[in-house]
Amino acid sequence: MARQYETVIGLEVHVELATETKIFCGCSTRFGGAPNTHTCPVCTGMPGALPVLNKQVVEYAVAIGLAANCEITRMCKFDRKNYFYPDNPQNYQISQLYLPIARDGYVEIECGDTKKKIRIHEMHMEEDAGKLVHDEWDDTSIVDFNRSGVPLVEIVSEPDMRSADEVLAYLEKLRMIIRYLGASDCKLQEGSMRADVNLSVREMGSREVGTRTEMKNLNSFKAISRAIEGERQRQIELIEGGKAVRQETRRWDDNKEYSYAMRSKEDARDYRYFPEPDLVPIVIDDAWIEKIKERQPEFQDAKLIRYRREYGIPEYDAQIITSSRHMAELFEKASDVCKKPKKVSNWLMVETLRLLKEHGMEPEELRFSPENLAKLVELSEAGSINSSVAKEVFEKMFSEDIDPERYVEEHGLKTVNDEGELNEVIKKVIDSNTQAVSDYQGGKEKALGVLVGQTMKAMKGKADPRRVNQRLKELLS
Amino acid sequence: MDICSMTALELGEKIRHRELSAAEAVRAYLARTEAAEPEINSFVTVDAEGALRRAQEVQKGIDEGIFSGPLAGVPVAVKDNLCTRGLLTTCSSKILSDFKPTFSAQAVRNLEKEGAIVIGKTNMDEFAMGSTTETSYYGVTRNPWNTSHVPGGSSGGSCAAVAAEECPFALGSDTGGSIRQPSSFCGVVGIKPTYGTVSRYGLIAYGSSLDQVGPIARSVSDCAAVLEVIASHDKKDSTSIRREDYDFTRALTGDVKGMRIGIPKDYFGEGLDSEVKEHILHAVKKLKEEGAVVEEFDLSLVQYAIPAYYVIASAEASSNLARFDGVKYGYRAGNCDGLHQMYKKTRSEGFGAEVKRRIMLGSFVLSAGYYDACYLKALRTKALIKQAFDSAFERYDIIVAPSAPTTAPKIGKSLSDPLKMYLGDIYTVSVNLAGLPGITVPVGQDKKGLPIGMQLIGNCFEEKKIIRAAYAVEQMCEYKAPKLCGELKNSAGGKSTCREGGRQVWRDSMRQ
Repeated sequence: MARQYETVIGLEVHVELATETKIFCGCSTRFGGAPNTHTCPVCTGMPGALPVLNKQVVEYAVAIGLAANCEITRMCKFDRKNYFYPDNPQNYQISQLYLPIARDGYVEIECGDTKKKIRIHEMHMEEDAGKLVHDEWDDTSIVDFNRSGVPLVEIVSEPDMRSADEVLAYLEKLRMIIRYLGASDCKLQEGSMRADVNLSVREMGSREVGTRTEMKNLNSFKAISRAIEGERQRQIELIEGGKAVRQETRRWDDNKEYSYAMRSKEDARDYRYFPEPDLVPIVIDDAWIEKIKERQPEFQDAKLIRYRREYGIPEYDAQIITSSRHMAELFEKASDVCKKPKKVSNWLMVETLRLLKEHGMEPEELRFSPENLAKLVELSEAGSINSSVAKEVFEKMFSEDIDPERYVEEHGLKTVNDEGELNEVIKKVIDSNTQAVSDYQGGKEKALGVLVGQTMKAMKGKADPRRVNQRLKELLS
Repeated sequence: MDICSMTALELGEKIRHRELSAAEAVRAYLARTEAAEPEINSFVTVDAEGALRRAQEVQKGIDEGIFSGPLAGVPVAVKDNLCTRGLLTTCSSKILSDFKPTFSAQAVRNLEKEGAIVIGKTNMDEFAMGSTTETSYYGVTRNPWNTSHVPGGSSGGSCAAVAAEECPFALGSDTGGSIRQPSSFCGVVGIKPTYGTVSRYGLIAYGSSLDQVGPIARSVSDCAAVLEVIASHDKKDSTSIRREDYDFTRALTGDVKGMRIGIPKDYFGEGLDSEVKEHILHAVKKLKEEGAVVEEFDLSLVQYAIPAYYVIASAEASSNLARFDGVKYGYRAGNCDGLHQMYKKTRSEGFGAEVKRRIMLGSFVLSAGYYDACYLKALRTKALIKQAFDSAFERYDIIVAPSAPTTAPKIGKSLSDPLKMYLGDIYTVSVNLAGLPGITVPVGQDKKGLPIGMQLIGNCFEEKKIIRAAYAVEQMCEYKAPKLCGELKNSAGGKSTCREGGRQVWRDSMRQ
């Protein structure tokens, strides 16, 4: 029987924080912008310029640390990581090595039916580098320092994951926590969340850890999944072929679905870390931590428990809705206004998710207000508009956040409840559709649909189709 | 009236009272500079055009009452490692030979806010690494007292310029004695303030945890007045401190009655030139006569200060100087094949020998396997030295020490033996390691006619005590100008012979 292997994976996750300004200067962190327009002497490493720490970075980092059950370092420091590269204007990166802001935490993931704790070794703050643009025609490279000095946290896990699924669950959990905190939008494609995968394999049941490789350049969940599978296979093949796995850094090429060696352990860099003398230690006292704790949002786990008690919507719906803080808040506020949580949940689960998917949007990008969603639920539940009108109004609300009441009013979309008018229209429809009438009366139930359709058309959609159906039956019996 | 021999405060007063215009003051100093530079070479850049233009603006400000401080209209020379907006700032290095900053250092801005006028940038040891101003790419600066001797360093250009009356006062920087030692060699007054007192923003860093900007002038009063202006809490420098007292001139009383003065025995033993020792102890005796209480004591760990200093300063320097890589600004070597060769060639050609030596030393002590043994040990030594001073200051108000073991050596003598040059910093580096304030004040000359300075060291934030004592010393030993000043006065006749218009950059075409 073939030998069984276990994959051992640890992750280093970089997250760009959503501060207005950079970590050590007042420049904007906004993505895009003409090259070198969001720069100053500090983030371009001009001689004589000095860094000043952005307090918001510390607050976000502490908030993430607390949410990931970490110990917050009460006196933390920055260190310099020295290496030469043109995207790094000072040729050192201000980072943390000796006293990182948070340590020894964990997040809980759910994979299939099992729950598992993934331990977090440490989390530190650091600055991002600029971007190199290579002009192949001209054989030159140009540096854009707009991203230089954008704040990052790096979250280093313990090697606690055993499969691509667990890795994805861990990443999704981190992403959800950080988005709940508003600390980052965590978009892998845009680089605001980046993951390096440390992976080794060992024979099932073995306690020894195999030689690991580190894989970089993974910019989607799918790429991560494929890279893990690819690297696992590569390492197993090496071992089965009697060869040794080399400790090295590899670059994943998602198009070719193969990784290439970048540098081995032998030529690993010596970063010559030492304490950053231009910054003073950061003292984080209990009062500050308490203040940040008070501002922490209610996270998904707590929300799920409360939803069960207060709203009684299906567990599955609750899971989906609470996976985004924004959507959860929409749900809670709309339900509190209209007191119809199940209906609100339906609108979110069906129409909202459909439109999000259609437009390729994230739940955070939903722009309609909970008040308007509540109004729509009320209108629809009171029978003031029929379901197809309600969908139309919802689409309008989704794209432009219109007030459903006013919109229905202004466009005359209210269901006509005047029996006299309805009777007259139905009579006309019966008169001019003799074929359908006789079909129906001859036993073809389906023919009634034609008549309902004609009536609705004549009423310009403003009738309640159930009522039309009922009235037609009465008149034709 | 010889404008150039006035103190900064005297000159400022005359300008304030309209006895002199700012332009007249600037012209007089530019003329003196032109006469002195061929002999002394204090400056890397003289900004005649800019200074005269600025003099007009400042005069307008004085006339309108915008500038009313003691330094309004007074020229100043600035060490070439302090950024000056639009004005060449080289750190006396080839690698920054074409570098014009986009902003001015906070210390310079504070002076300009008070109406002082920058007339030029002074020569220094390359990136402030050296004790003689011989490591400059722009040639050696000569000591105005004897031009075959060095002025000391690294702020040798600033001190020589003040001594040669090329400017009434100057700014320097002090990482391990770079203000106090050349002040001693040039017979002028220089203050290294408590770490954090003057903003480091715009000071091109050498050893960030030790660097401080400070004033150099021909009187204690000038230095106190300038310190009052340049000291400020600066949000742009995280290590800057908000102090309670900035009124340093209030200490200019000369009252030393009851002042407890500690004399560290270890500083007056072997290695100290006997003439230097004699002059300093003579000044101490006079302070005693004025009512000070003098006592000898053992300041421990003295022998560890130099190695600790060179480890820490070089480690920080190796990282601070990494940004000079030819990518963004400054010198870039030509004909390079690829990025790494460009880095190597640019830095090999752009830096001088002493800078390379310290970058290598610093990189070494931070390398894996040496960090704990060298760098961490140095940091621990630093903490212990601070403790030794702390306990000394429980007993004494100030500590008296030499500023250097000898008077200024001859040009060419120090560089051949760097280790010996490093040991010359023995009396100054501890003060930087402990973050303390120190002042050098002249106490006489040796038999060769070279100046001797005395160093007064205070506890953190106690500049006022050392200013008070230094002022008393100054009253006892009147300031003497080098003979050269008289000769220069006669040769230039106090009249402007300066080319107007067109900034003069001395010797920048010398080596390419």
